[in-house]
This record gives sequence, C-alpha cells and structure tokens, in this order.
Amino acid sequence: MASRTIAGKQVQMNDEGFMTDPNEWNKEIAVEIAREEGIADLTLTHWKVIDFCRQDGLSSGKAPTLRRITTQAGISTKEMFTLFPKGPAKKVAKISGLGKPEGCV
Amino acid sequence: MIETMTPTLTKMAVVPEMVVTPEETTRKLAFICSKGTLDMAYPALVMGWAALGNGIDVTIFFTFWGLDMINKARIDHLEIAPVANTSMKMTMMGVDTGNLGIPQIAGVLPGMTAFATKLMKDKMEKLQVPTVREYLQMLVDAGAKLYACKMSVDMMGLQKEDFVEGVQDIVTAADFMDMTDGAQIIFI
Repeated sequence: MASRTIAGKQVQMNDEGFMTDPNEWNKEIAVEIAREEGIADLTLTHWKVIDFCRQDGLSSGKAPTLRRITTQAGISTKEMFTLFPKGPAKKVAKISGLGKPEGCV
Repeated sequence: MIETMTPTLTKMAVVPEMVVTPEETTRKLAFICSKGTLDMAYPALVMGWAALGNGIDVTIFFTFWGLDMINKARIDHLEIAPVANTSMKMTMMGVDTGNLGIPQIAGVLPGMTAFATKLMKDKMEKLQVPTVREYLQMLVDAGAKLYACKMSVDMMGLQKEDFVEGVQDIVTAADFMDMTDGAQIIFI
C-alpha cells in the first residue's frame, strides 16, 4: 500500500493502482487518473458511467462488474469498450476511486 | 583506486539513457471450441469475457461439435447428458445421498437429458449467468473475433448463413495458424 498525490491530493493506493479509500476521491482525481489511463477527455457519457459506478460501489461496497454496468446503467457493451478501451470495468473502477471489480461475469 | 573510479561513474550516470520503447504489444488468446454440450460451452465464454475485460485480444475458433455454439438452430438447445457423466450426482437433483451417482440405467430414460439440462440452466439463471447466445453476443460486442472451421462446416453441410451474427468467416486450419500468430491457444 502506498500513498500518492493526485490532482494535489494525497490518496491511498494499492499496488495495482486502485484507490483503497473511495472517500478520498473527487472529480479532479478522476480526470487525472483517466488521463493516465489514456482517456484525455471525460465526456458526459463517461461521467454517466462513473456516477453509476460511484453510487453502486459506495452502496454495495464493491466495484460493479462490466455485466452489472451494462445491465444496470443502460450502457451497451460496445459503448463501454469504446468509452473505456481495453478492460472497461477495471478502468472505470480505477477512475471512480473504487477497488478492482470481482466476479466472473 | 576507488577515488579515481568515482568521477567516471558519475559522468556515466548523467549521460542520457538510450531508451528503446518497444511497441506496445497486446496479449492474445485463442480458444478452440470443439464441444457442443452445455457444460463445455461455458469455459471459453467465461474466460474469453474475462480476457476482454483485461484488455486481451480474443479469437474463438469453432470446430466439430463446437459449431453448435454458433449454429442459430442449436445455440439455444445445448444440453448436458447424465449418461457416462461420473460427476453428476443424485445430490444435484436435491436428493441428499452424498457421492451416489445418477444410475446409468436411469440416465438412458427418455427425458433425463432434458431434465439434467433444465437443472443446470436453472442453477445458472439463479446466479445470473447469461445464456450461451447472450454471452456470445457480449463477447462479439466486446471485440472477440469468431470463426468456423471449414472442414467441420463442410462435413455438417452448413453455411455461413446458419451461424449467429458475429461469426466473421469460415476458415481453414492453416488460416487459423496464421491469425493466431503469437497467441496463447486454449483447446476446449
């Protein structure tokens, strides 16, 4: 476990680059992590997914899987792979300040 | 001796490193699906989905009975038979009998395969596991490339129109070798 300064704020992160305390998250941090993940601009649709993940993640205590995002947030699998290429659920979880999504589907 | 070496080392350290950045290579997985039973349809779907979720390229090649997984007429009717399946126990039918297997003689009775299939499908539905058709569509939407084996297609008298959307082509074994260059191959 290490701490890092992102967007001027000190946050706790694990070895895989996931924040360990979702309460340390803010929107500036999301923008910064997204940039590191190769997403230069977060559009409204990106935010729709991030907002869903934040809500779902905070209420359930775990990051939603890709299947959960597509069935619950009304975003198709295709769209998810366009918005967050190469591993959408993991990427969006990182950007949303949540842990690594678990589950086989 | 040490004193004379130190300045040399310091000088070396400030020389800018020649960093050769290799082109980013993507890990590739290729599955060969050769079985048409319900239980053997899922491994490639589950692992393929996990791979795509990790940014890994996925190619699936369907051969022999595996073609049932992409055949429009068969995809929703994959089954699991209790006959010769030593892992299928009475307990799966809700009878608390430990390791007692389903008697082979019972397995051959009409309707037993349909019954076992229903049990498995119900269990998966409860766990919210998508059906084979839905799973395959998810994989295609996520960028998986699906191909049918030419020899098997010819042998079973099928055509490209017989397959679900997302099957890109009917290819030979040699084509498969070309398209999976550098990939890790999983045979199911």
